[in-house]
Amino acid sequence: MGDLMWILVSAMLVNNFVFFYFLGLCPFMGVSQRMATALRMGMATLFVMLITAVSAWFLNAFILPWAPYLRLISFIVVIASVVQIVEMVIKKVSPTLFRDLGIFLPLITTNCAILGLAIFQTLRDYAFVQSIFFAVGAGLGFTLALVLMASIRMELDLAEVPSVVKGTALVFLVAGVLSLAFMGFAGMLA
Amino acid sequence: MRATTPREDLVRGIWEENPVLVQMLGLCPVLAVSNTVANSLAMGVASFFVLFCSSVIISSLRNLIPHQVRISTFILIIATFVTVADFSLEAVVPEIHRALGPYVPLIVCNCMILGRQEAFASRRPVGRSALDAVGTGTGFLIAILLMGTVRELLGSGSVLGVELFGPNFEPWIIMILPPGGFLTIGVILLVIAWWGERRTAGTQPSPWPEGVGPEAMPTTVGPGTGSDGSERTHQSEGGDRWVT
Repeated sequence: MGDLMWILVSAMLVNNFVFFYFLGLCPFMGVSQRMATALRMGMATLFVMLITAVSAWFLNAFILPWAPYLRLISFIVVIASVVQIVEMVIKKVSPTLFRDLGIFLPLITTNCAILGLAIFQTLRDYAFVQSIFFAVGAGLGFTLALVLMASIRMELDLAEVPSVVKGTALVFLVAGVLSLAFMGFAGMLA
Repeated sequence: MRATTPREDLVRGIWEENPVLVQMLGLCPVLAVSNTVANSLAMGVASFFVLFCSSVIISSLRNLIPHQVRISTFILIIATFVTVADFSLEAVVPEIHRALGPYVPLIVCNCMILGRQEAFASRRPVGRSALDAVGTGTGFLIAILLMGTVRELLGSGSVLGVELFGPNFEPWIIMILPPGGFLTIGVILLVIAWWGERRTAGTQPSPWPEGVGPEAMPTTVGPGTGSDGSERTHQSEGGDRWVT
């Protein structure tokens, strides 16, 4: 159990997908303007990551040992189609949930954080339960990054900054400082 | 869509519409692997290869790919070439392949590549698409090498492993760690924005009140009007933002 918790915490804080691996930067830059959107995007990503972890585990266990060169292609095809199916199911079962998460789902499918999760899971040979914990940790970490950035950007809107700095450059500099702060969690490794 | 000359197709991606520094596409690999020049070079060349091959294939198949499933088709073609690049890097430069880790397979998600397919290769003849791919790929290579040089120079005091500063240089370790990537790209974007603003300010002296003086004349060509205006429409053609 300690091992599982460690996988979760490490994926969430120490090796945060955004601040450590630079994965999912496009939604991080694009959807971090408002808190509510950021939170929903984070939750939707967490959800897709769970689906990804399960699908990738299935592929790794039952199909890819016989065709390793298909790894990348099969990951993409399977993840995209499973997400599509789940999206349809949600739309049918719970329209409220669909309204909250639905619009983000197609956007997330080809997100590099999603494919990155599947690849990391393969490289590290995670078993089924470990993959699930890894996915939850990564998803929570991504949500945390988005929410932190959104709250900072909402404050920044009110701040007086030179017009040159405004926009992407400032967001990157802030992200750099956040990344610096997250590096402090590396001390937990010891 | 405005007709472009072959030369424009080639040159445009290198600086004016640089995929990384102007369009902000494909940032993940640029930030993640640019801690040394060697890694940047390998990533840049691999992305160039994938972009070029998939542009050529997609543009030659453009009349066969059904419109509804075009994105999935593009991704499958890109993924095929990424697998080729992945295995080739592993065979030729195993150390760099290990250093790049998961970021080689992640070239699939590089929105620069998919963006060029959707915006250009799927609508233009093969030759033009090849030119466009060469231009965009070179632009990507320039951006990632710029990042790699700055980060390795400051973070380890060397370029391509060759020590440049004396033994008394204290390396800025932070530059080769993840925060260094964010800070470097932030500063580079800042410099570009500052430069752009300075140039704009330089060509726009306005000692006259509004509506009077040379600026009010329709022939004035300055930023925001005339030449720049056409540039902007032209940019929006290739500047579709992809969420990856």
